[in-house]
Amino acid sequence: MTSSEWPLYEVFVRSKRGLNHVHVGSLHAPDDAMALRHARDVYTRRSEGVSIWVVRSDAITASSPDEKDPMFAPSGDKVYRHPTFYEIPDDVPHM
Amino acid sequence: MTSAVDTDLQAGFDATIAAGDRIEPRDWMPEGYRRTLVRQIAQHAHSEIIGMQPEGNWITRAPSLRRKAILLAKVQDEAGHGLYLYSACETLGVSREDLTRQLIAGAQKYSSIFNYPALSYADVGTIGWLVDGAAICNQVPLCRTSYGPYGRSMIRICKEESFHQRQGFELLATMMRGTDEQRAMVQESVDRFWKPALMMFGPPDSQSSNTEQSMAWGIKRHTNDELRERFIEMTAPQAAALGVTLPDNDLDWDEFWTVVKGGGPCSAQRIAHRKRAYDDGAWVREAAMAFAQSEVDGLAQRVSRDQEADR
Repeated sequence: MTSSEWPLYEVFVRSKRGLNHVHVGSLHAPDDAMALRHARDVYTRRSEGVSIWVVRSDAITASSPDEKDPMFAPSGDKVYRHPTFYEIPDDVPHM
Repeated sequence: MTSAVDTDLQAGFDATIAAGDRIEPRDWMPEGYRRTLVRQIAQHAHSEIIGMQPEGNWITRAPSLRRKAILLAKVQDEAGHGLYLYSACETLGVSREDLTRQLIAGAQKYSSIFNYPALSYADVGTIGWLVDGAAICNQVPLCRTSYGPYGRSMIRICKEESFHQRQGFELLATMMRGTDEQRAMVQESVDRFWKPALMMFGPPDSQSSNTEQSMAWGIKRHTNDELRERFIEMTAPQAAALGVTLPDNDLDWDEFWTVVKGGGPCSAQRIAHRKRAYDDGAWVREAAMAFAQSEVDGLAQRVSRDQEADR
Protein backbone atom coordinates (compact mmCIF):
# COMPACT_ATOMS: atom_id res chain seq x y z
CA MET A 1 0.00 0.00 0.00
CA THR A 2 1.28 3.46 -0.81
CA SER A 3 1.60 5.89 2.06
CA SER A 4 -1.05 8.59 2.20
CA GLU A 5 1.37 10.95 3.88
CA TRP A 6 1.86 14.18 1.95
CA PRO A 7 5.32 14.74 0.59
CA LEU A 8 7.76 17.00 2.38
CA TYR A 9 8.62 20.44 1.00
CA GLU A 10 11.45 22.81 1.93
CA VAL A 11 10.47 26.47 2.26
CA PHE A 12 12.59 29.50 1.34
CA VAL A 13 11.49 33.07 2.12
CA ARG A 14 12.76 36.38 0.80
CA SER A 15 12.27 38.76 3.72
CA LYS A 16 12.57 41.89 1.60
CA ARG A 17 13.43 42.96 -1.92
CA GLY A 18 17.13 42.82 -2.60
CA LEU A 19 17.85 39.93 -0.22
CA ASN A 20 18.27 36.25 -1.07
CA HIS A 21 15.61 33.69 -0.30
CA VAL A 22 16.65 31.96 2.92
CA HIS A 23 15.67 28.50 4.07
CA VAL A 24 13.19 28.78 6.93
CA GLY A 25 11.93 25.21 7.38
CA SER A 26 9.75 22.56 5.82
CA LEU A 27 6.16 21.37 5.68
CA HIS A 28 3.97 18.64 4.21
CA ALA A 29 1.60 19.32 1.31
CA PRO A 30 -0.20 17.27 -1.33
CA ASP A 31 1.16 19.29 -4.25
CA ASP A 32 3.24 22.34 -5.21
CA ALA A 33 0.38 24.83 -5.17
CA MET A 34 -0.80 23.73 -1.74
CA ALA A 35 2.76 23.78 -0.45
CA LEU A 36 2.97 27.45 -1.40
CA ARG A 37 -0.28 28.24 0.40
CA HIS A 38 0.73 26.32 3.47
CA ALA A 39 4.11 28.00 3.46
CA ARG A 40 2.40 31.37 3.52
CA ASP A 41 0.30 30.33 6.50
CA VAL A 42 3.04 28.54 8.39
CA TYR A 43 6.01 30.84 7.80
CA THR A 44 4.79 34.33 6.88
CA ARG A 45 1.91 35.14 9.20
CA ARG A 46 3.63 38.31 10.41
CA SER A 47 4.88 39.79 7.13
CA GLU A 48 8.12 37.87 7.30
CA GLY A 49 8.39 37.76 3.54
CA VAL A 50 7.69 39.23 0.13
CA SER A 51 8.36 36.05 -1.83
CA ILE A 52 8.30 32.31 -1.12
CA TRP A 53 9.93 29.35 -2.86
CA VAL A 54 8.90 25.78 -2.14
CA VAL A 55 10.71 22.73 -3.43
CA ARG A 56 10.12 19.03 -2.82
CA SER A 57 12.66 17.89 -0.23
CA ASP A 58 13.46 14.80 -2.29
CA ALA A 59 14.52 17.09 -5.15
CA ILE A 60 17.34 18.53 -3.05
CA THR A 61 20.78 16.98 -3.25
CA ALA A 62 22.77 17.85 -0.16
CA SER A 63 26.35 17.32 0.95
CA SER A 64 26.71 14.96 3.86
CA PRO A 65 27.95 16.13 7.28
CA ASP A 66 30.32 13.12 7.25
CA GLU A 67 31.99 14.52 4.18
CA LYS A 68 32.64 17.87 5.79
CA ASP A 69 36.39 17.42 5.85
CA PRO A 70 37.09 16.08 2.35
CA MET A 71 34.48 18.48 0.96
CA PHE A 72 35.71 21.72 2.48
CA ALA A 73 39.26 21.04 3.65
CA PRO A 74 40.86 22.05 0.32
CA SER A 75 40.10 25.72 1.00
CA GLY A 76 41.56 25.54 4.51
CA ASP A 77 45.22 25.92 3.58
CA LYS A 78 44.72 28.64 0.95
CA VAL A 79 45.12 31.66 3.18
CA TYR A 80 46.28 33.69 0.20
CA ARG A 81 42.65 33.85 -0.96
CA HIS A 82 42.02 36.34 1.84
CA PRO A 83 42.86 40.04 1.57
CA THR A 84 44.47 40.06 5.01
CA PHE A 85 47.21 37.74 3.73
CA TYR A 86 48.80 40.74 2.00
CA GLU A 87 50.69 43.35 3.96
CA ILE A 88 49.80 46.82 2.82
CA PRO A 89 51.34 49.73 4.76
CA ASP A 90 48.85 51.68 6.89
CA ASP A 91 49.48 54.92 5.01
CA VAL A 92 48.19 53.48 1.70
CA PRO A 93 44.52 54.49 1.56
CA HIS A 94 41.47 52.90 -0.13
CA MET A 95 42.76 49.38 -0.25
CA MET B 1 -1.34 49.73 -27.59
CA THR B 2 -1.15 50.41 -23.88
CA SER B 3 -3.84 48.78 -21.78
CA ALA B 4 -4.87 49.76 -18.27
CA VAL B 5 -3.10 46.64 -17.00
CA ASP B 6 0.17 47.71 -18.65
CA THR B 7 -0.16 51.16 -17.12
CA ASP B 8 -0.64 49.62 -13.68
CA LEU B 9 2.36 47.37 -14.16
CA GLN B 10 4.51 50.31 -15.28
CA ALA B 11 3.30 52.35 -12.30
CA GLY B 12 4.21 49.51 -9.94
CA PHE B 13 7.67 49.24 -11.47
CA ASP B 14 8.20 53.01 -11.33
CA ALA B 15 7.12 53.10 -7.68
CA THR B 16 9.57 50.33 -6.76
CA ILE B 17 12.44 52.16 -8.47
CA ALA B 18 11.41 55.50 -6.96
CA ALA B 19 11.39 53.98 -3.47
CA GLY B 20 14.95 52.75 -4.02
CA ASP B 21 13.71 49.16 -3.75
CA ARG B 22 15.01 46.25 -5.79
CA ILE B 23 13.33 44.66 -8.79
CA GLU B 24 13.28 40.86 -8.48
CA PRO B 25 13.09 38.26 -11.28
CA ARG B 26 9.36 37.57 -11.15
CA ASP B 27 8.40 41.26 -11.14
CA TRP B 28 7.07 42.88 -14.27
CA MET B 29 9.70 45.09 -15.89
CA PRO B 30 9.81 47.21 -19.05
CA GLU B 31 11.38 45.41 -21.99
CA GLY B 32 14.05 48.10 -22.30
CA TYR B 33 15.07 47.61 -18.65
CA ARG B 34 15.40 43.87 -19.18
CA ARG B 35 17.36 44.33 -22.40
CA THR B 36 19.73 46.84 -20.81
CA LEU B 37 20.37 44.49 -17.90
CA VAL B 38 21.02 41.52 -20.17
CA ARG B 39 23.49 43.59 -22.19
CA GLN B 40 25.29 44.97 -19.13
CA ILE B 41 25.37 41.79 -17.02
CA ALA B 42 26.40 39.65 -20.00
CA GLN B 43 29.17 42.10 -20.86
CA HIS B 44 30.27 42.01 -17.24
CA ALA B 45 30.23 38.18 -17.17
CA HIS B 46 32.13 37.95 -20.47
CA SER B 47 34.74 40.37 -19.07
CA GLU B 48 35.41 38.06 -16.13
CA ILE B 49 35.81 35.06 -18.42
CA ILE B 50 37.94 36.80 -21.06
CA GLY B 51 39.84 38.48 -18.21
CA MET B 52 41.33 35.12 -17.26
CA GLN B 53 43.44 35.11 -20.42
CA PRO B 54 46.03 37.89 -19.98
CA GLU B 55 46.97 36.73 -16.48
CA GLY B 56 46.40 33.03 -17.14
CA ASN B 57 49.30 33.20 -19.58
CA TRP B 58 51.63 33.85 -16.65
CA ILE B 59 50.61 31.00 -14.35
CA THR B 60 53.26 28.63 -15.68
CA ARG B 61 55.91 31.36 -15.54
CA ALA B 62 55.24 32.65 -12.03
CA PRO B 63 58.56 33.46 -10.29
CA SER B 64 57.82 31.42 -7.15
CA LEU B 65 55.42 28.81 -5.83
CA ARG B 66 53.83 31.48 -3.65
CA ARG B 67 53.13 33.74 -6.65
CA LYS B 68 51.88 30.80 -8.69
CA ALA B 69 49.39 29.73 -6.01
CA ILE B 70 48.16 33.32 -5.68
CA LEU B 71 47.77 33.80 -9.42
CA LEU B 72 45.97 30.47 -9.80
CA ALA B 73 43.57 31.42 -7.01
CA LYS B 74 42.93 34.79 -8.64
CA VAL B 75 42.26 33.41 -12.11
CA GLN B 76 40.01 30.78 -10.51
CA ASP B 77 38.09 33.61 -8.82
CA GLU B 78 37.56 35.33 -12.19
CA ALA B 79 35.97 32.15 -13.52
CA GLY B 80 33.73 32.07 -10.45
CA HIS B 81 32.78 35.72 -10.89
CA GLY B 82 31.82 35.03 -14.49
CA LEU B 83 29.57 32.21 -13.31
CA TYR B 84 27.87 34.35 -10.62
CA LEU B 85 27.11 36.94 -13.29
CA TYR B 86 25.87 34.47 -15.90
CA SER B 87 23.54 33.03 -13.28
CA ALA B 88 22.22 36.53 -12.47
CA CYS B 89 21.72 37.10 -16.19
CA GLU B 90 19.84 33.82 -16.58
CA THR B 91 17.18 35.08 -14.15
CA LEU B 92 16.22 37.44 -17.00
CA GLY B 93 15.23 34.56 -19.26
CA VAL B 94 18.39 34.11 -21.31
CA SER B 95 20.69 31.09 -21.33
CA ARG B 96 24.39 31.06 -20.61
CA GLU B 97 24.95 28.91 -23.68
CA ASP B 98 23.34 31.55 -25.87
CA LEU B 99 25.33 34.37 -24.24
CA THR B 100 28.59 32.48 -24.81
CA ARG B 101 27.71 31.97 -28.47
CA GLN B 102 26.96 35.67 -28.84
CA LEU B 103 30.31 36.54 -27.29
CA ILE B 104 32.13 34.24 -29.69
CA ALA B 105 30.15 35.62 -32.65
CA GLY B 106 31.13 39.16 -31.63
CA ALA B 107 27.50 40.15 -31.00
CA GLN B 108 28.22 40.90 -27.32
CA LYS B 109 31.15 42.77 -25.86
CA TYR B 110 33.50 42.56 -22.91
CA SER B 111 35.65 45.18 -21.18
CA SER B 112 38.09 46.94 -23.51
CA ILE B 113 40.93 46.44 -21.01
CA PHE B 114 41.35 42.74 -21.76
CA ASN B 115 42.31 43.50 -25.35
CA TYR B 116 45.71 44.69 -24.10
CA PRO B 117 48.52 42.17 -23.62
CA ALA B 118 50.22 41.27 -20.33
CA LEU B 119 53.87 41.48 -21.38
CA SER B 120 55.78 41.00 -18.13
CA TYR B 121 55.22 39.63 -14.65
CA ALA B 122 54.97 43.21 -13.42
CA ASP B 123 51.77 43.38 -15.48
CA VAL B 124 50.23 40.79 -13.16
CA GLY B 125 50.78 43.26 -10.33
CA THR B 126 49.56 46.24 -12.33
CA ILE B 127 46.44 44.41 -13.46
CA GLY B 128 45.65 43.59 -9.82
CA TRP B 129 46.34 47.11 -8.58
CA LEU B 130 44.91 49.26 -11.38
CA VAL B 131 42.57 47.05 -13.41
CA ASP B 132 40.99 45.33 -10.42
CA GLY B 133 41.14 48.63 -8.55
CA ALA B 134 39.12 50.28 -11.32
CA ALA B 135 36.76 47.30 -11.40
CA ILE B 136 36.18 47.62 -7.64
CA CYS B 137 35.49 51.34 -8.01
CA ASN B 138 32.92 50.53 -10.66
CA GLN B 139 31.44 47.56 -8.83
CA VAL B 140 30.99 48.88 -5.30
CA PRO B 141 28.09 51.18 -6.32
CA LEU B 142 26.65 48.32 -8.40
CA CYS B 143 26.04 46.43 -5.14
CA ARG B 144 23.07 48.84 -4.83
CA THR B 145 21.89 48.43 -8.42
CA SER B 146 18.13 48.18 -8.83
CA TYR B 147 18.08 44.58 -10.08
CA GLY B 148 18.29 42.22 -7.08
CA PRO B 149 20.22 39.27 -8.56
CA TYR B 150 22.82 41.59 -10.15
CA GLY B 151 23.36 43.48 -6.89
CA ARG B 152 23.75 40.25 -4.95
CA SER B 153 26.38 38.92 -7.36
CA MET B 154 28.21 42.23 -7.06
CA ILE B 155 28.30 41.97 -3.26
CA ARG B 156 29.83 38.51 -3.49
CA ILE B 157 32.32 39.62 -6.14
CA CYS B 158 33.41 42.78 -4.31
CA LYS B 159 34.20 40.75 -1.20
CA GLU B 160 36.54 38.55 -3.22
CA GLU B 161 37.98 41.31 -5.37
CA SER B 162 39.77 42.94 -2.45
CA PHE B 163 42.36 40.16 -2.40
CA HIS B 164 42.98 40.72 -6.11
CA GLN B 165 43.86 44.35 -5.71
CA ARG B 166 45.98 43.83 -2.62
CA GLN B 167 48.03 40.99 -4.11
CA GLY B 168 48.74 43.23 -7.10
CA PHE B 169 49.88 46.14 -4.96
CA GLU B 170 51.97 43.85 -2.78
CA LEU B 171 53.60 42.31 -5.87
CA LEU B 172 54.51 45.75 -7.21
CA ALA B 173 55.71 46.94 -3.79
CA THR B 174 57.98 43.89 -3.61
CA MET B 175 59.46 44.69 -7.03
CA MET B 176 59.91 48.33 -6.06
CA ARG B 177 62.11 47.19 -3.15
CA GLY B 178 64.24 45.25 -5.65
CA THR B 179 66.70 46.34 -8.33
CA ASP B 180 66.63 49.39 -10.60
CA GLU B 181 65.67 47.05 -13.42
CA GLN B 182 62.67 45.77 -11.46
CA ARG B 183 61.58 49.31 -10.60
CA ALA B 184 61.82 50.22 -14.29
CA MET B 185 59.67 47.20 -15.14
CA VAL B 186 56.98 48.38 -12.74
CA GLN B 187 57.03 51.93 -14.09
CA GLU B 188 56.90 50.71 -17.70
CA SER B 189 53.94 48.47 -16.86
CA VAL B 190 52.08 51.29 -15.10
CA ASP B 191 52.76 53.56 -18.09
CA ARG B 192 51.10 51.06 -20.40
CA PHE B 193 48.10 50.25 -18.22
CA TRP B 194 47.12 53.60 -16.73
CA LYS B 195 45.10 54.98 -19.62
CA PRO B 196 43.47 51.71 -20.64
CA ALA B 197 42.47 51.31 -16.95
CA LEU B 198 40.89 54.77 -16.95
CA MET B 199 38.97 53.84 -20.09
CA MET B 200 37.39 50.90 -18.28
CA PHE B 201 34.81 53.34 -16.89
CA GLY B 202 33.48 53.77 -20.41
CA PRO B 203 33.18 56.76 -22.72
CA PRO B 204 32.93 60.30 -21.34
CA ASP B 205 29.44 61.26 -20.15
CA SER B 206 28.96 63.39 -23.27
CA GLN B 207 29.37 60.28 -25.45
CA SER B 208 27.64 57.72 -23.25
CA SER B 209 24.28 57.00 -24.83
CA ASN B 210 23.06 54.59 -22.15
CA THR B 211 24.00 56.42 -18.97
CA GLU B 212 20.98 58.68 -18.52
CA GLN B 213 18.38 55.93 -18.90
CA SER B 214 20.44 53.48 -16.84
CA MET B 215 20.63 55.99 -14.00
CA ALA B 216 16.89 56.73 -14.20
CA TRP B 217 16.31 52.99 -13.82
CA GLY B 218 18.75 52.76 -10.93
CA ILE B 219 20.93 50.27 -12.80
CA LYS B 220 23.87 52.65 -12.65
CA ARG B 221 24.32 54.89 -9.62
CA HIS B 222 27.10 57.18 -10.94
CA THR B 223 28.19 58.43 -14.35
CA ASN B 224 31.32 57.13 -16.05
CA ASP B 225 33.20 60.39 -15.46
CA GLU B 226 32.26 60.52 -11.78
CA LEU B 227 33.64 57.04 -11.21
CA ARG B 228 36.75 57.76 -13.26
CA GLU B 229 37.46 60.88 -11.19
CA ARG B 230 36.94 58.95 -7.98
CA PHE B 231 39.36 56.26 -9.13
CA ILE B 232 42.04 58.82 -10.05
CA GLU B 233 41.72 60.43 -6.63
CA MET B 234 41.91 57.11 -4.81
CA THR B 235 44.89 55.91 -6.84
CA ALA B 236 47.14 58.98 -6.59
CA PRO B 237 48.24 58.42 -2.96
CA GLN B 238 48.71 54.70 -3.64
CA ALA B 239 51.05 55.52 -6.54
CA ALA B 240 52.98 57.88 -4.30
CA ALA B 241 53.36 55.19 -1.64
CA LEU B 242 54.53 52.77 -4.28
CA GLY B 243 56.98 55.25 -5.75
CA VAL B 244 55.69 55.21 -9.32
CA THR B 245 54.63 58.14 -11.49
CA LEU B 246 51.18 58.02 -13.04
CA PRO B 247 50.95 59.27 -16.63
CA ASP B 248 48.61 62.18 -17.42
CA ASN B 249 44.88 61.63 -17.74
CA ASP B 250 44.39 62.71 -21.37
CA LEU B 251 42.54 59.85 -22.96
CA ASP B 252 42.42 59.03 -26.65
CA TRP B 253 38.77 58.18 -27.22
CA ASP B 254 39.38 57.18 -30.82
CA GLU B 255 41.60 54.42 -29.48
CA PHE B 256 38.85 53.44 -27.03
CA TRP B 257 36.23 53.10 -29.77
CA THR B 258 38.65 51.17 -32.00
CA VAL B 259 39.29 48.71 -29.17
CA VAL B 260 35.59 48.44 -28.27
CA LYS B 261 34.79 47.63 -31.88
CA GLY B 262 37.24 44.74 -31.85
CA GLY B 263 40.38 46.46 -33.13
CA GLY B 264 42.45 46.20 -29.93
CA PRO B 265 45.93 44.68 -29.91
CA CYS B 266 44.66 41.30 -28.67
CA SER B 267 40.96 41.38 -29.63
CA ALA B 268 41.11 38.68 -32.29
CA GLN B 269 43.36 36.50 -30.13
CA ARG B 270 41.03 36.71 -27.10
CA ILE B 271 37.93 35.66 -29.04
CA ALA B 272 39.80 32.96 -30.97
CA HIS B 273 41.05 31.55 -27.66
CA ARG B 274 37.57 31.62 -26.13
CA LYS B 275 36.12 29.93 -29.21
CA ARG B 276 38.80 27.24 -29.12
CA ALA B 277 38.14 26.54 -25.44
CA TYR B 278 34.40 26.35 -26.14
CA ASP B 279 34.80 24.06 -29.15
CA ASP B 280 37.42 21.87 -27.47
CA GLY B 281 35.13 21.50 -24.46
CA ALA B 282 32.16 20.27 -26.52
CA TRP B 283 32.99 16.57 -26.11
CA VAL B 284 33.36 16.99 -22.35
CA ARG B 285 29.93 18.59 -22.06
CA GLU B 286 28.41 15.88 -24.25
CA ALA B 287 30.15 13.05 -22.42
CA ALA B 288 28.95 14.35 -19.03
CA MET B 289 25.38 14.53 -20.30
CA ALA B 290 25.61 11.04 -21.80
CA PHE B 291 26.95 9.69 -18.50
CA ALA B 292 24.14 11.37 -16.54
CA GLN B 293 21.60 9.90 -18.96
CA SER B 294 23.10 6.42 -18.65
CA GLU B 295 22.76 6.65 -14.86
CA VAL B 296 19.07 7.51 -15.26
CA ASP B 297 18.56 4.68 -17.79
CA GLY B 298 20.41 2.23 -15.57
CA LEU B 299 18.21 3.14 -12.61
CA ALA B 300 15.04 2.77 -14.69
CA GLN B 301 16.19 -0.67 -15.84
CA ARG B 302 16.92 -1.80 -12.29
CA VAL B 303 13.51 -0.57 -11.11
CA SER B 304 11.68 -2.35 -13.90
CA ARG B 305 13.68 -5.57 -13.22
CA ASP B 306 12.75 -5.39 -9.53
CA GLN B 307 9.09 -4.87 -10.38
CA GLU B 308 9.28 -7.84 -12.74
CA ALA B 309 10.72 -9.97 -9.93
CA ASP B 310 7.98 -8.89 -7.50
CA ARG B 311 5.21 -10.17 -9.74
